[in-house]
Amino acid sequence: MKFVSEYRDPKAAGQLAQAIRRKVTRSWTIMEICGGQTHTIVKSGLEELLPKEVTLVHGPGCPVCVTPIELIDKAVAIAERPDVMFCSFGDMLRVPGSSRSLFDAKAGGGDVRIVYSPLDALKLAKANPAKQVVFFAVGFETTAPANAMSVWQADHDGVRNFSLLISHVLVPPAMEALLSSENCLVQGFLAAGHVCTIMGYEEYFPIAERYKVPIVVTGFEPLDILEGVLMIVDQLESRRHEVENQYSRAVRREGNRPAQQRIAEVFEIAPRQWRGLGEIPASGFRLRERFRKYDADLRFPASGEPAEESPDCISGLILQGLKKPHECAAFGVKCTPENPLGAPMVSSEGACAAYYHYGRRQERENTRAELPVA
Amino acid sequence: MADGKSAKILELNCPLPKVADDRIVLAHGGGGRLTHQLIEKIFIPAFSNAELEQRHDGAVLSINGSRLAFTTDSFVVRPLIFPGGNIGDLAVHGTVNDLAMCGARPLFLSAGFILEEGLSMETLRTVVNSMCDAAGEAGVKLVTGDTKVVDKGKGDGMFINTSGIGVIESRIDPANGLERRQLQPRRLDAEQAGALDPAGTAIGPASVRPGDAVLVSGDLGRHGVAILSVREGLEFESPILSDSANVWPAVEALLQAGIEVHCLRDLTRGGLATTLNEIAGDGDVCITLDEQLIAVDDTVQGVCEILGLDPLYVANEGRFAAFVPEVQAERALKVLRSVPVSSGAAYVGKVEERPKGTVVLRSRIGGNRVVDMLSGEQLPRIC
Repeated sequence: MKFVSEYRDPKAAGQLAQAIRRKVTRSWTIMEICGGQTHTIVKSGLEELLPKEVTLVHGPGCPVCVTPIELIDKAVAIAERPDVMFCSFGDMLRVPGSSRSLFDAKAGGGDVRIVYSPLDALKLAKANPAKQVVFFAVGFETTAPANAMSVWQADHDGVRNFSLLISHVLVPPAMEALLSSENCLVQGFLAAGHVCTIMGYEEYFPIAERYKVPIVVTGFEPLDILEGVLMIVDQLESRRHEVENQYSRAVRREGNRPAQQRIAEVFEIAPRQWRGLGEIPASGFRLRERFRKYDADLRFPASGEPAEESPDCISGLILQGLKKPHECAAFGVKCTPENPLGAPMVSSEGACAAYYHYGRRQERENTRAELPVA
Repeated sequence: MADGKSAKILELNCPLPKVADDRIVLAHGGGGRLTHQLIEKIFIPAFSNAELEQRHDGAVLSINGSRLAFTTDSFVVRPLIFPGGNIGDLAVHGTVNDLAMCGARPLFLSAGFILEEGLSMETLRTVVNSMCDAAGEAGVKLVTGDTKVVDKGKGDGMFINTSGIGVIESRIDPANGLERRQLQPRRLDAEQAGALDPAGTAIGPASVRPGDAVLVSGDLGRHGVAILSVREGLEFESPILSDSANVWPAVEALLQAGIEVHCLRDLTRGGLATTLNEIAGDGDVCITLDEQLIAVDDTVQGVCEILGLDPLYVANEGRFAAFVPEVQAERALKVLRSVPVSSGAAYVGKVEERPKGTVVLRSRIGGNRVVDMLSGEQLPRIC
């Protein structure tokens, strides 16, 4: 298949892996930012091709994983209202809130729908004027233009029964938060290619400079990731810390200007809560004053129940790359995709679910077999 | 669990949800792990008997010396009419194929119709005509039925249940005169084995052996993608048609050629990945697959890439997996390819001893991964 199979070619993969092996002289820890990249890495068994000196850690770039529990609770509460049609991307539905997920809300009679675009939700709003249509606007910079567009369009067309429940987060502030942690293990970043198709990569230059860390904008196919790793290893071995673009077939330095303009027209930068990481300043979007009437968080009063958190899940450490999923005591035991304790076990982009589905639980089971039975 | 050091830098929090298991959710019907839990925890304990314990697509029953296969299936597809078929031919093919997977020639069907008030008579006629055609092509008779009508809003236009009876013909039973006689199902006690087959042989997961070859009768994912494309309003240059078809001719050809068929399973709900996980679990073996050998049409692959789905988990309605001894694999493939419904048959992997209960896939780029059973519905990803 064109534009796919050439990036999954076994021979080229072998050559890239060989090039990485030739280049590497010592241990390096590299973080892929985006959950889509994590998914590819585990799905293609890519780590088996890498030399043992290269460790990949899985970053916080899964929108499902970092959406705060309070907001999931709010989404569930809104979805349970009889006057509401609640629209969401598919993989938000299974994420556990304090007591229920959106799937539970659906099973309980809530009108919860999977859509592929916020503009589809806007269409539903136009077709169902008696209903309040709420779209769960989660995601990084990648999904921001379409979300901004839906609000802009709703405003333009005078659609009043449409609103967004927003948890929009940004990559660069999260990278800075990780890098400024004294425990930070990460020596190089594979930046999220799709985010950069929108935003470009100019904002990464100051980060690379300040933290002396190489950053390579990387795509999502196995060969993209291998090439990204090779470029990072090359920089690390030659003590460089530059911003490079592996994903040049999709990403331009300045990004997609019209998309950025639409985002800037509708959204402004705001502090955001990250599930597992806490609040990071200037790390997300909220609606500008002019569009605030489309904010579902304001339109629907708070439920008042405080969110419940548990110490059993170490997703904070996972999302910072300090622990691997199978190093969690609950992994595959108390926490499974059927009964997730934390969001990274839910989305296929979540590091824990990716590990679980693609077999890292074997490692866990092997380890467990050696432990005394509790 | 959070270690103190990192908590200083970034405040950690994590949720402990109360698991809602007091209600049926859609994933209980998705064919994945929750469906299995439902069967294991509710249905098997309630109805437990030796025939049910065969855990196959249908039950094989010995009645007065003849061996019959009996199966049932309900069809709740939306939309009712989709590219390449409709709920009517699907309801015939689904049950006929379940019988075929027992190695049985399909003979008789029943049909139960649950119709929603307001359903157009035209739609009903279209569906019934397709059922009639599909039954005629498959050589089965629809011999009994039932109709109920429910209030508007209480059914999705139409639900159909079909049950089927087929006969395992000794004439083409590979147990006769072949080395299969020596095979003993490993995980069934004597009483259960007796219910299966006096010779102690049966087509089913318990007969799968390390060394078996895994064949798949064609490319994957057409039915699921055909349905999704209509539901999601996706349009393609060349529309994807459902692969809905009667696969008995392919099974019959295998049996008549004297292929020692150890197990057959259609790749419906949950796709190849779920099916092979069931067999690996029930047969207590490991199944290894080679991604490069698994055929997926370019358009199907493209839709899966766009929607973030894995074709290994997408439903098929005219594809099955066959487990045969490695030495017969090449001949079995030749036989399958000579029958139109399985002309795209391919060798996709083999059965190994361990790790038991596991399906391992060698990816295109040469890495290995475990192919797990789905936990719920396959959900479209965000980005």
